[in-house]
Amino acid sequence: MSELVVFSVLNGLVYGMLLFMLASGLTLIFGMMGVLNFAHAAFYMLGAYFAYTISLYTGFWPGLVVAPLAVGLLGAATERYGLRRVHGFGHVAELIFTFGVAIVIGEVVQLVWGRPAKSYEGPAALDFALFHLFRSSFPAYKAFMLGISVAIFLFLLAILTRTRAGLIIQASLTHPGMVGMLGHNVPRVFMVVFGIGSALAGLAGVIAGPVLGTFPGMAQVLGSIVFVVVVIGGLGSLTGAFVASLLIGIVQTFAVALNVSVGDVAGAAGIRVASLPALHDLWRITVAQVAPILPYLLLVLVLIVRPTGLFGTRET
Amino acid sequence: MFRAKAVLTGLVMLAMIASLATGATGADTIKIAYIDPLSGPFAATGENGLQQFKFAADHLNRAGGVLGQKFEVIGYDNKVSPQEALIQLKKVIGDGISFVFQGNSSGVAHAISDAVLKHNERNPSARVLYLNYSAVDPALTNEKCHYWHFRFDAHADMKMAALTDVIKTNTKIKKMYIIGQDYSFGKAVAEAAVTMLKAKRPDIQIVGNELHPIGKVQDFSPYVQKIIASGADAVITGNWGADMVNLAKAANDGGLKVPFYTYYAASDGVTAAIGAAGVDRIRLVHDAHPGNPNSPKALADYIKEYKKLYPKNDINQVRIQTGMNMLAAAIKRAGTLNVDKVAAALEGMEWTNSSGDRVVMRREDHQLLMPIYISVHTNKNITFDFDNSGFGLLLENKIDMDKATQPTTCKMQRPGA
Repeated sequence: MSELVVFSVLNGLVYGMLLFMLASGLTLIFGMMGVLNFAHAAFYMLGAYFAYTISLYTGFWPGLVVAPLAVGLLGAATERYGLRRVHGFGHVAELIFTFGVAIVIGEVVQLVWGRPAKSYEGPAALDFALFHLFRSSFPAYKAFMLGISVAIFLFLLAILTRTRAGLIIQASLTHPGMVGMLGHNVPRVFMVVFGIGSALAGLAGVIAGPVLGTFPGMAQVLGSIVFVVVVIGGLGSLTGAFVASLLIGIVQTFAVALNVSVGDVAGAAGIRVASLPALHDLWRITVAQVAPILPYLLLVLVLIVRPTGLFGTRET
Repeated sequence: MFRAKAVLTGLVMLAMIASLATGATGADTIKIAYIDPLSGPFAATGENGLQQFKFAADHLNRAGGVLGQKFEVIGYDNKVSPQEALIQLKKVIGDGISFVFQGNSSGVAHAISDAVLKHNERNPSARVLYLNYSAVDPALTNEKCHYWHFRFDAHADMKMAALTDVIKTNTKIKKMYIIGQDYSFGKAVAEAAVTMLKAKRPDIQIVGNELHPIGKVQDFSPYVQKIIASGADAVITGNWGADMVNLAKAANDGGLKVPFYTYYAASDGVTAAIGAAGVDRIRLVHDAHPGNPNSPKALADYIKEYKKLYPKNDINQVRIQTGMNMLAAAIKRAGTLNVDKVAAALEGMEWTNSSGDRVVMRREDHQLLMPIYISVHTNKNITFDFDNSGFGLLLENKIDMDKATQPTTCKMQRPGA
């Protein structure tokens, strides 16, 4: 049992930190511009595909740097030449614009790379078991994923709280007008944040591609979960995104590991299932089977109990 | 003005070239619809199948086709969704195609089977034949059987009977874990495994019986951890496509080193994903000789010719060729493309496939009776590998047709009867 717990926590952390890499960019962009960026997951997908193509020529490692940079530049350009122009027409226009960008990227990816999944592999240097515990082993690549995402988290934290640039970004989050009055170029701050957010999404794609698969549907698979993370954490809150990412990562992993059925859960809550024969099949569904919908359930619960999200300050 | 005219001329010429290109094969060919996933997590499986169908059709065409006509296989993407498959089926019927092959996912198979039955009852003059080359939920030739459905692969119970016969002899196995995709086929495999193990090896304890969402799980590590924690010393899985690739990857990464008894753990990226870690450990139950060792000559020639044209792909479903050949033979015997007559000719037909086996399309339920093979993943004595990985399947057991046959509960309603 203890090995199941240890490895579930590790797997949950890896998945949760990956979610955070996506969610951090998304929530920063929302906090700053008030735009829910639908194209965010598409940038994640682009990161994986760029890195895949680069890996064909140079191996894995150059892609780790080049692909996120390319995605970041693309993101910055999207903000500078697209979103900024649409900005004047209000939030609905911006929302529709990012939605359009997501669709365009999705189609372009299918056009360029085709519909079947690509065999994008992690580096051979990390293709070994890092450690063995009981009868299980933990792959080095996953530890590497965890390391990268933790490093990114610390880096973001340091920039936002310890540097002048972070100060301006934080100020622009809440008082963009005032920051502009003080002589800072707020639109440029927006562009940089959008670019960095996209680059983070791209980096998440680079490291997740070999594990979670590189295929045209990958943006949708993670995209919807990331929105859930951001809403649960509270829109615009980086701490919230962090907590919610880990929460969802661990909840999903443990849900798979648990062998209890919905009926057992209801039983624990004092509901006698035997007295409800009409829903016989429902009670036999295991928690593992409903694992994929748990984040959405959590989302609904959070929205009912605390509409601002766990750490948010404004109504979603 | 001049430019507009030039553009117009160009367009007309393009259209003419296009019509010429299709015209060569378009007018009087026998069209075969292939409704399977050509996008999404199972695209690799679907694309590979389509290519094998086209190759089988080319083979027949080079021999002159049938009734003086050539075959043309057209792919329709159903994204492994029953709803999408029904839309594609409407399109197929609208295109005037009366022979439909489908195989990936029994969930889709049930939808198509029901729709074809309804369509044929309502449109007796424009009937459609549903030729199922791979969807193996036993129900399709038992309680849900009907006259317009023919199956060219051994169903899940036939395969599980063969697998459990092998498991029976491995006395080291005491704890079995069953994992599968959460839909009709995954459930059928689990059910068959539980009942047959109970009958053949009551001492084996089933320590896990897990269904996961089909095509949705990217990282199987949590499932693999659960299998390891259960203390299982063997695993049964019916997973296919991306679900098998990802399960194999996670099992390797997580250090799960127990024997696997599978339905589809080969080719389409799976063999490459298993690699060296699965040697002599992963077994597969399937429909024809795996090509190793000592491949029947007809099969070896067929594989070689295919590999020359498509070096990146494999012949992993001999039943595709068997299905196409039997359809051609039925059309020839019927002397017409009329679906009623072709179906009548296909019933009870005997055939010798390129694996060198005599197979029979059973009249009672339209299930193809055939020997069943069990092979092991290895790199020793491999002439024909999969995924160009150096690894392939080596024949271990062959269960003869008589032994592999299972009874049916089908009460076939024949048209006009």
